[in-house]
Amino acid sequence: MFLLEVNGLTKRFGGLTAVDSLSFNVSAGETVGIIGPNGAGKTTVFNLITGFHRPTSGEVVFEGANLVGRKPHEIALAGVGRTFQVVKPLRGLSVFENILVGAFARTGDRVEARRIAQDIIEFTDLVAQREALADGLPIGLRKRLELARSLATGPKLILLDEVMSGLNPTESTEAVELIRRLRDERGISAVAGVEHVMQVVMSISDRVIVLNHGRKIAEGTPEEVAVDREVITAYLGE
Amino acid sequence: MKRPAFSFSILALFLIASPFIFQARYSQHVLILVLLYVTLGSAWNILGGFAGQLSLGHAAFFGFGAYTAAIIASKTALSPWFAIIAGPAVVLPIALLVGWICFRLRGPYFTLATIAVGEVVRLLALNWSQLTGGAVGVVIRPSVFSGTNKLPYYYIVLVITAATVALCYVVSQRKLGYYLRAIREDEETAESIGIDTTRYKLVALSISASLTAIAGAFYANYFLFVDPTIVLPLALSVEIVLMAIIGGLGTVAGPVLGAVLLKLSSEVFRNEFAQANLLIYGALLVLVILFMPDGLMGGFHRLFRFGARKTQRVSA
Repeated sequence: MFLLEVNGLTKRFGGLTAVDSLSFNVSAGETVGIIGPNGAGKTTVFNLITGFHRPTSGEVVFEGANLVGRKPHEIALAGVGRTFQVVKPLRGLSVFENILVGAFARTGDRVEARRIAQDIIEFTDLVAQREALADGLPIGLRKRLELARSLATGPKLILLDEVMSGLNPTESTEAVELIRRLRDERGISAVAGVEHVMQVVMSISDRVIVLNHGRKIAEGTPEEVAVDREVITAYLGE
Repeated sequence: MKRPAFSFSILALFLIASPFIFQARYSQHVLILVLLYVTLGSAWNILGGFAGQLSLGHAAFFGFGAYTAAIIASKTALSPWFAIIAGPAVVLPIALLVGWICFRLRGPYFTLATIAVGEVVRLLALNWSQLTGGAVGVVIRPSVFSGTNKLPYYYIVLVITAATVALCYVVSQRKLGYYLRAIREDEETAESIGIDTTRYKLVALSISASLTAIAGAFYANYFLFVDPTIVLPLALSVEIVLMAIIGGLGTVAGPVLGAVLLKLSSEVFRNEFAQANLLIYGALLVLVILFMPDGLMGGFHRLFRFGARKTQRVSA
């Protein structure tokens, strides 16, 4: 059985079909890359899965239960974490407090929540920024905090919206390393949405799904997708 | 850490002894007023400061508490002091209804809706004369203490205030406090990490409204007169919000400092400057907002912990 099954997922905004009967699966412990040019519908897919948008049709099944119609917080508590493309730190809170708020999803106990937050802050290597306000962090660290806060809720699957955008090469390498450790050390599945940076996607993904104009145009191993004619056309034109 | 415990004991002793230090009846009256406003500011702060839902309708909850006392006094044989329990019980379902309607709106729209709620309640009290006495109001006959001795009132309001501030402190340290602050900072983020934002906003509103109703019930028992212009004006809602903002939104000590500063200064100005008192009061507000945009608490932080903050900011 798959951890996540997306079947015929469709979202129309007025006359625009942002996501067009999309189907894919994610297994436990798998990292899947969703790539596609700007406007391909990646963020909409994430918003549909996490309940921020309601699909026009189709279903999202997580651990055997349909998530469609459930509220974002219910989906988060069911074990689907997410980050936002435009990072949304809790600005007035410190890095540690940001993560602590996430940890309270697992326990009401302060001591236990602090222990979880400390574990996550070490795992994501944000210890040096522990007491800094989230508002003052540079973009690379904000992205990492975004991941850390979601991780603290104890997800089984985490959806990473544009993990690489705005990062310099060093920061990208660190982000890739962190996503790899997510799978290898914690067994957490991830779906990473990425616009460009093909070799980055290739290095972290077990499988890649390519979206264009809301439709899936290719799916396969990174090597297969990289030589797919339709994918090359979508990115480079005829 | 022994120092906070020590300062706390000194403060507690001072508060218990103050009516004996300030023996003039007028001074004791001002002390009671200050404590009442500390309660109001702190109660509002749970919703407005912690959860970031700026309500300009809290006079409605205050009025419900006060009118509960007045109606108990005029229609039953019970003591109006029962309103301290009955007030919150009446207000709770109303707060939930108000929240159910108003929390569909965000930011300034929420604030406008709360103003409307306040006005609806005021007009209701004005026009439902059989119950509320309408514009004439209700005179309450003192039931337990004589009106001349201020001491019992002082200690009752001290207990209410201490309990309210203590509750704020406990909330700020626990899951509820963190969840409310997360909602204030970003509701979508809060949802994404499993926070039922609607439910927690309702919890904050319920606590805030109940405490405000208790303060209203005390007010009616102390002043022994209730009418819509005294306990339900928009100006009261604004005054409560001002105290929390001047003191520092979302901090436990902020509304306490704000209420002490604003209430003491408004009493002093009224005595010293007669008609010009509002002018001075307004100038004080402008000065604080200009030079301490995070309120007194934020200002103190910057004064005393400037170095610490600075190192935190650049540690990236």
